[in-house]
Amino acid sequence: MADSGGPEAAQLSSNDPKGELGDVIPEEARSLLRKMEISVAEAEKRTGKNAVNMLETYTVYLIETRRVDSSAENQNFSPDSLWRRYSEFELLRNYLLVTYPFVIVPPLPEKRAEFVWHKLSADNMDPDFVERRRIGLENFLLRVASHPILSNDKIFYDFLTEENGWKEEVMETGFQPKADSRLKALNATFRVKNPDKRFTELKHYSDELQSVTSQLLRVRARVADRLYGVYKVHGNYGRVFSEWSAIEREMGDGLQSAGHHMDAYAASIDDILEEEENYADQLKEYLFYAEALKAVCRKHELLQYELETAAQDLMSKKQQREELASGTVRTFSLKGMTSKLFGQETPEQREAKMRVLEEQIQEGEELLQEKKTECDEYVRNAWSDMERFTVQKDRDLREAMISYAVMQISMCKKGIQVWTNAKECFSKM
Amino acid sequence: MSAGTPKSLPSSGQKSIQDISHPLSAEESVLTPSPDVGNTTSSLGEKDLSLPNGTPAGTSSPGSSSSLLNRLQLDDDLDGETHDLFVSVDDPKKHVSTMETYITYRVTTKTSRTEFDLPEYSLRRRYQDFDWLRNKLEESQPTHLIPPLPEKFVMKGVVDRFSEEFVETRRKALDKFLKRVADHPVLSFNENFNVFLTAKDLNSYKKQGLTLLTKMGESVKYVTGGYKLRARPLEFAAMGDYLDIFTQKLGTIDRIAQRIIKEESEYLVELREYSPVYSSWAGCEGELQKPLEGVSSCVSSSSSALEELTEDMSEDFLPVLREYVLYIESMKNVLKKRDQVQAEYEAKLEAVVLRKDEKSGVPADVEKCQDRVECFNADLKADWDRWQNNKRQDFRQLLTGMADRNIQYYEKCLAAWESIIPLLQEKPDIKSETD
Repeated sequence: MADSGGPEAAQLSSNDPKGELGDVIPEEARSLLRKMEISVAEAEKRTGKNAVNMLETYTVYLIETRRVDSSAENQNFSPDSLWRRYSEFELLRNYLLVTYPFVIVPPLPEKRAEFVWHKLSADNMDPDFVERRRIGLENFLLRVASHPILSNDKIFYDFLTEENGWKEEVMETGFQPKADSRLKALNATFRVKNPDKRFTELKHYSDELQSVTSQLLRVRARVADRLYGVYKVHGNYGRVFSEWSAIEREMGDGLQSAGHHMDAYAASIDDILEEEENYADQLKEYLFYAEALKAVCRKHELLQYELETAAQDLMSKKQQREELASGTVRTFSLKGMTSKLFGQETPEQREAKMRVLEEQIQEGEELLQEKKTECDEYVRNAWSDMERFTVQKDRDLREAMISYAVMQISMCKKGIQVWTNAKECFSKM
Repeated sequence: MSAGTPKSLPSSGQKSIQDISHPLSAEESVLTPSPDVGNTTSSLGEKDLSLPNGTPAGTSSPGSSSSLLNRLQLDDDLDGETHDLFVSVDDPKKHVSTMETYITYRVTTKTSRTEFDLPEYSLRRRYQDFDWLRNKLEESQPTHLIPPLPEKFVMKGVVDRFSEEFVETRRKALDKFLKRVADHPVLSFNENFNVFLTAKDLNSYKKQGLTLLTKMGESVKYVTGGYKLRARPLEFAAMGDYLDIFTQKLGTIDRIAQRIIKEESEYLVELREYSPVYSSWAGCEGELQKPLEGVSSCVSSSSSALEELTEDMSEDFLPVLREYVLYIESMKNVLKKRDQVQAEYEAKLEAVVLRKDEKSGVPADVEKCQDRVECFNADLKADWDRWQNNKRQDFRQLLTGMADRNIQYYEKCLAAWESIIPLLQEKPDIKSETD
């Protein structure tokens, strides 16, 4: 999970404006979080009229921000706050996707509860779901705020601080139509002649990551279901031991107290599985991150394709010019055919054509140069973000696994405790 | 010299190393545990001990029984009964003949009793033989509670009769059965039991159809003559009620245990899905490869531990529960028989009372009936107490066993997860990564 840099980090970064000290300073210190504390503190239900004038219930989330004084005195500033709903977060994210296509944009928590095991509610209004979403939204904001590029975005800053007029502001950027065409482009099929091997591998990796995380989430849901059953059935022992103890003399006490331990055992699974939801949420985040990674790769493919197309167009125009100059027709063209059939063109006509072609070639050269630059820059930026992402991912997932192991250890220790207690009771029977 | 009746052997003090409140030790300090039980014998012999009722105690005990005691597991039997007969069932072997395939078990006997020609016997018996023995005991000792045998019928195709697990479960139950009979003050002296333990050719003995009588047994014929019982004595009514409720509870526990095993098995199936996914994820990662492989193997270990748990519970826990259900069935039958005997007596008595004009005095056959009732009641009461005691031990053992297995399961899982924490925390050298 992202964390905010401390004051020492802020010190260091002032000596290193270009951020060349890379690994030494956590990137967060160079970003917005250096100046500002961000949290999603609360969630509330609201009712209001929607776009089609119908009454609906929805949840809003309180975003609190507080200036952080780099002198690290006790913050006395009270936080600013505003309410936002999920759809506004989505708007923000879509804007970021379009504006920074080379960035692996942090994902939002899921819109609807998925990979749910039966005891957990799939209802969006369920308080547990809302709570987990609140945490997920906070995590999203922190990740964006700690990103070296995204954190400097004004729209993002205003999202955190400007309650009114933000929606209009973001719409005015004109990102919406770009978002629509981006989506179309990402889904289009086209073939790149010389794919960049690194990006191909990256895309392959993103597919793998998506696949394994979703498999794990599916398995986890089924495992949770079964484990729940195992623990809960033990609760039945509690009742039957109690009933049995009623007809026993010497064995009664031991049975009765053992029964209580069985009840405790059965009850313990609720907390255990609730904790496990955190692990599931961490997996989900990276499931969605994989999607974002794939999008970056696809965008690169698109640029590559456009570059190749531009190069190809230019080449064919140049060829046309050559043909026109030499008078030979090497390539088939309708003009060529008609001139053969209806007679040659006049020198004036040819000159005019030549001028047009030269213009087009000029434009084509410029376009090619543009595309090349665009592509190179994209590759550079995307690759840099990819490296940042890899470091983050490795760290996060490692931590996730550690906390999962710690959870398992805790669960085992609880189990040993309960059964040891029960055993003591049994031995006193 | 060994005693003719169970209670008079004073050296039964040696039998239990843990035994503190033995009647004989009332005048002596607590017998200290001694590896060489022989010493205790002689020290006992030198003191002037007498039984609580004043009977002077014998000064020596047969050396053979004291050395036997060393090697055998002793119950904390506190009623001062003799243990001069030790039996065990082990070493199952498969026999294949043209007609059939079956398992035999080695039955070993070690005893100091004079009813036995030799001090030691070792021969092989099959389930059929145990079944025969039990039927004979039921016939000849109808006033007693006969311990149960493991289930006779096994559904072919569902259970493998020759699998190690099944045979071992059965062996344990047969061993328990035989030990319970050997520990019983009356049943252990039954002629059929003696034959079972000693006869080389049991089959020919069975065919002879000899029905040897014990003092209490055959002469009394129990007819289910449709006599109506007037008033069941409270204690036997209580026994009946207890058994009814206890059966119910056992049935519930059996169902719960089965359900747990089923849920655990299904949990196991899903749990197994984890490992390959983690492994395949490890395959496409760099720095995370080792940690992911670690998690994969951890989950595998947990799965194996769980499998062991469910198997153990199936093999060890459920059969014992079922055995008790059978036990209770046969006990209820004995209670019914007792009711019948009492009813018969009451009917006959009533008939006599009505015939007031006959010479006074209770006729012989009515007296015999009364005797029967009283003997039956006494036997049953004694057996009931013994049964309650055994039941308590059995269930204590059964349930602590269940707790133990669960503890072991969690300990195995704990060890696995704790072992990968250092692996997960170990960060590879960053410098080398950027080359």
